[in-house]
Amino acid sequence: MKKFNKLVSVVVASAMVLAMAGCGGSDAGNSVNNSTGNNSTVENSGAANNSAANNNAEGGNGAASGTFKIGGIGPTTGGAAIYGINVMNGIQLAVNEINAAGGVNGYQLEVNFQDDEHDAEKSINAYNTVKDWGAQMIIGCVTSTPCIAVSEETHKDNMMMLTPSGSAVKCTQYDNAFQVCFSDPNQGAASAQYIGENKLGEKIAVIYDSSDVYSSGIYESFVKGAANQDFEIVVAEAFTSDNKTDFSVQLQKAKDANADLVFLPIYYQESALILTQANSMGYAPKWFSCDGMDGILGVENFDVSLTEGVMLLTPFAADAKDAASQAFTASYRAAYNDTPNQFAADGYDAVYILAEAIKQSNANPSMSVSELGDALKAAMPQITVDGVTGEGMTWVETGEVNKAPRAVVIKNGEYTAM
Amino acid sequence: MSFVTYLINGISLGSVYALIALGYTMVYGIAKMLNFAHGDVIMVGGFTCYTICSTMGMHPVLGVLISVVVCTVLGIVIEKIAYKPLRKASSSLAVLITAIGVSYLLQNVALLIFGANAKSFTSVVNVENINLFDGQISINGVTIVTIITCIVIMAVLMLFINKTKMGQAMLAVSEDKGAAQLMGVNVNGTISLTFAIGSALAAIAGVLMCSAYPSLTPYTGSMPGIKAFVAAVFGGIGSIPGAFIGGILLGVIQIFSQAYISSQMADAIVFAVLIVVLLVKPTGLLGKNIQEKV
Amino acid sequence: MKKTVRSNLITMGLVVAAYIIVQILIGTGNISSLMKGLLVPLCIYAILAVSLNLTVGILGELSLGHAGFMCIGAFSSAFFSKCMNMFVPGMPGGLRFFLAILIGAAAAGIFGILIGIPVLRLKGDYLAIVTLAFGEIIKNLINILYLGIDENGVHFSFKSSLDLHMEDSDKIIINGAMGITGTPNNSNFTIGVILLLITLFIVLNLVHSRDGRAIMAIRDNTIAAESVGIPVTKYKMMAFSISAALAGVAGVLYAHNLSTLTALPKNFGYNMSIMILVFVVLGGMGNIRGSMIAAVVLTLLPELLRGVVSDYRMLIYAIILIVMMLFNWAPACIEWRKKITATVKSKLSKNKTAKEV
Repeated sequence: MKKFNKLVSVVVASAMVLAMAGCGGSDAGNSVNNSTGNNSTVENSGAANNSAANNNAEGGNGAASGTFKIGGIGPTTGGAAIYGINVMNGIQLAVNEINAAGGVNGYQLEVNFQDDEHDAEKSINAYNTVKDWGAQMIIGCVTSTPCIAVSEETHKDNMMMLTPSGSAVKCTQYDNAFQVCFSDPNQGAASAQYIGENKLGEKIAVIYDSSDVYSSGIYESFVKGAANQDFEIVVAEAFTSDNKTDFSVQLQKAKDANADLVFLPIYYQESALILTQANSMGYAPKWFSCDGMDGILGVENFDVSLTEGVMLLTPFAADAKDAASQAFTASYRAAYNDTPNQFAADGYDAVYILAEAIKQSNANPSMSVSELGDALKAAMPQITVDGVTGEGMTWVETGEVNKAPRAVVIKNGEYTAM
Repeated sequence: MSFVTYLINGISLGSVYALIALGYTMVYGIAKMLNFAHGDVIMVGGFTCYTICSTMGMHPVLGVLISVVVCTVLGIVIEKIAYKPLRKASSSLAVLITAIGVSYLLQNVALLIFGANAKSFTSVVNVENINLFDGQISINGVTIVTIITCIVIMAVLMLFINKTKMGQAMLAVSEDKGAAQLMGVNVNGTISLTFAIGSALAAIAGVLMCSAYPSLTPYTGSMPGIKAFVAAVFGGIGSIPGAFIGGILLGVIQIFSQAYISSQMADAIVFAVLIVVLLVKPTGLLGKNIQEKV
Repeated sequence: MKKTVRSNLITMGLVVAAYIIVQILIGTGNISSLMKGLLVPLCIYAILAVSLNLTVGILGELSLGHAGFMCIGAFSSAFFSKCMNMFVPGMPGGLRFFLAILIGAAAAGIFGILIGIPVLRLKGDYLAIVTLAFGEIIKNLINILYLGIDENGVHFSFKSSLDLHMEDSDKIIINGAMGITGTPNNSNFTIGVILLLITLFIVLNLVHSRDGRAIMAIRDNTIAAESVGIPVTKYKMMAFSISAALAGVAGVLYAHNLSTLTALPKNFGYNMSIMILVFVVLGGMGNIRGSMIAAVVLTLLPELLRGVVSDYRMLIYAIILIVMMLFNWAPACIEWRKKITATVKSKLSKNKTAKEV
């Protein structure tokens, strides 16, 4: 038995070493078009010595046909999988469209989307994986916490990073990172202003997820924004990700305080439960929410009549009547048999934004990662993109997007502009 | 008046925990293993019922029956493949770890089949809410059904264990496997039966939980699973009435701490109460205290 | 006695050998970024596995709250590093990190003692659930802790950052669910390996010392141990708090490896505690080397699967986990393995004799 353990440990240890060497080899093979400066010759010679023939062929193909390699990072397993999978699908859809239309400046796009399980540590692994694959720019991360962790790494490599939906302010703390979605303070302040200016309610209750960066970020800026408005926040109740099925207490408190409007800066899965539970306890205030609410009409089997009259500020609406949204929704449905939510739209737009920036800067795939990063981040403030999540989107150098939120209200199970 | 409402909310949350905890405690009491995959069997039950009722549009009763059957079979299969080979392993922890593996496996299979998108579960319960005091207090129909189901299951389980031969065999196995075998009890069969019953209970719990909180994802089962485990320990793990009382108490404590202390600290408070209870009564509220011998 | 020394040297030699090989690979540029990024996490998980093995394998108590101690170590040290960065900017990074490690270990160790006092009175699965409860309480409280320091002193709140009433929001150090961002990146592979070696040194020495034998006597039969005059509580506390302090060290490495530190269920919840337990059980309880290797294998496995089967990665991981457990622990498998090794051995010896003839 002891001998056997020893044997196992030796075998495992040698397997580990082989695995490392193997990975080293494949990295070197792919790094042909990923030469990040002075040690590139070493890496290439490593490729010649070490890596299997197919690795070389793979790397060689990428360089020869001139493909832009885009890395994607987001959760595709775990509790946040829904967001990552939607972004991944949105990215793939846009890449297919662009490639079918002849690519960007004649170059095709290629995407490799890696799972980060909504975890900072895993997101670094995912980033390193796409880097080894030869990614030249990153669409990601989908969620804020991993996004902040990865932005530290992309900053070191000066790799262009465009987060579709990482909404925390810190996501764009470096000059190489840009956002497709609104930042959290933006949304909270805009919501407070909208409610105040349109006199939607006098007594406001807020139910938010304090364990979620997105939700607590919006809540705090909402409270700050509410100070200048003509309404009062009577109840602010939090829940945590470990307790997100029963909202009876939060709703009861809102009801007891006679709140006439409930602000829900949370995602639609919890919102769906809240609407159901409020209905069963006979509480019918006005509901107001942000872009996280989008997707509620797509929840399979959900009683849509409960959402009647829900208002939300969202850049994207799957049921919107404009041509771009409708075309996107239709092709997404055709490809994935699912209704896209705003995450899919953000991912989809992210690809078009990168494409626009590439066009603007006249970049080509033979540039190094750092050169591309410099070129793209210089191009970002100059471009204007009409996407499904907003028309005439522009960017400031710090990475935040300028676009108008659309206020919509749900009527007869459809979004209607307010 | 809000106090009463909170109490009722607490009981309705607790009844779901209690129902899950019954299955937990049953399996623990007989097979002496913490089945971390129990929560995920609940999720499978929910998805089966969802597929039958909402996707195929069949009658809810059929949905419940089929999900009970599916979960029972699943429970037996899991036990045969993943747990049974480890029954005589030198450490009881080995089977705990395989249970975790099974839990990951079920979650990821469900993720591949059903996707990550939350499904809205149509309640299988068609009972009107009860309104008292001119509608100031309303008791949810699902809650009533859940509590009644809990009590019925509890009574049946206790009758089964105390009055039938198979139940007595279970008790014997839980006391001493070796001695039970010598007395002619089919130990393997009895443990398989325990898993079958536990999984059937999980299916019922899954359907009722999803009826009460109609959101269904591949990860729906894991948190309630842990909470129910806590409830089972709270009441004295292995004790059937203990699981019921533990579940109800856990729900009430959780809702009260959300209502009167802090909604963000609810979990910390629930766990703190658990610790205090276990320190005062180290085997839970209704747990048997077994004297350790040399 | 010699045998144990040799076994210890082999364990530490494995780590050193792995370190040298990796350094050579890095030197010749033959290592992927993914591997480079994984080096520090590998050290972290190896330290965690070794430290938990002290509680589970050597002391024989099932702990499901190990991630809680890691969490304490991570947050206390990250808090310290951030404060030093803000108020003593001139401090050399090396010294700051050294102090951070000590603080992380001390904080986790103190919590180990505090939690150990009530917990170690319990037995078996009840002890397990109480450690799980403590782990969850720690995670829950840190997740809603808001703490900042400005001219007016220290502010803290369990509600929201607005309740801190601070004018300059940049001076909030722990920001609830956002946690701590911008911790200096001090962890590297060399430090990780040194800390792993120190951990191994502490644990292996403890195991083979008089104290260690007392601890194992408690594991094997508490009542018998008590009756021969071993102070049970003292030794239990000793093993438990050392194990907690070492988990705290792993937490320090973790916090200084990423620029963002949050108390999400995924990082510091019961899932992580269970993950560490999986390393220990798979590697063999009480087998320090085994748990270290299991930690390395199970951390690398899902990452290496990325390249092969991206979509089914976690599914395959789950299946491999179950199969490995059955292979390592099922009595039938152990029998079968013995048979195989026996036949291989006899064949080998036959060959040998044949050659000699």
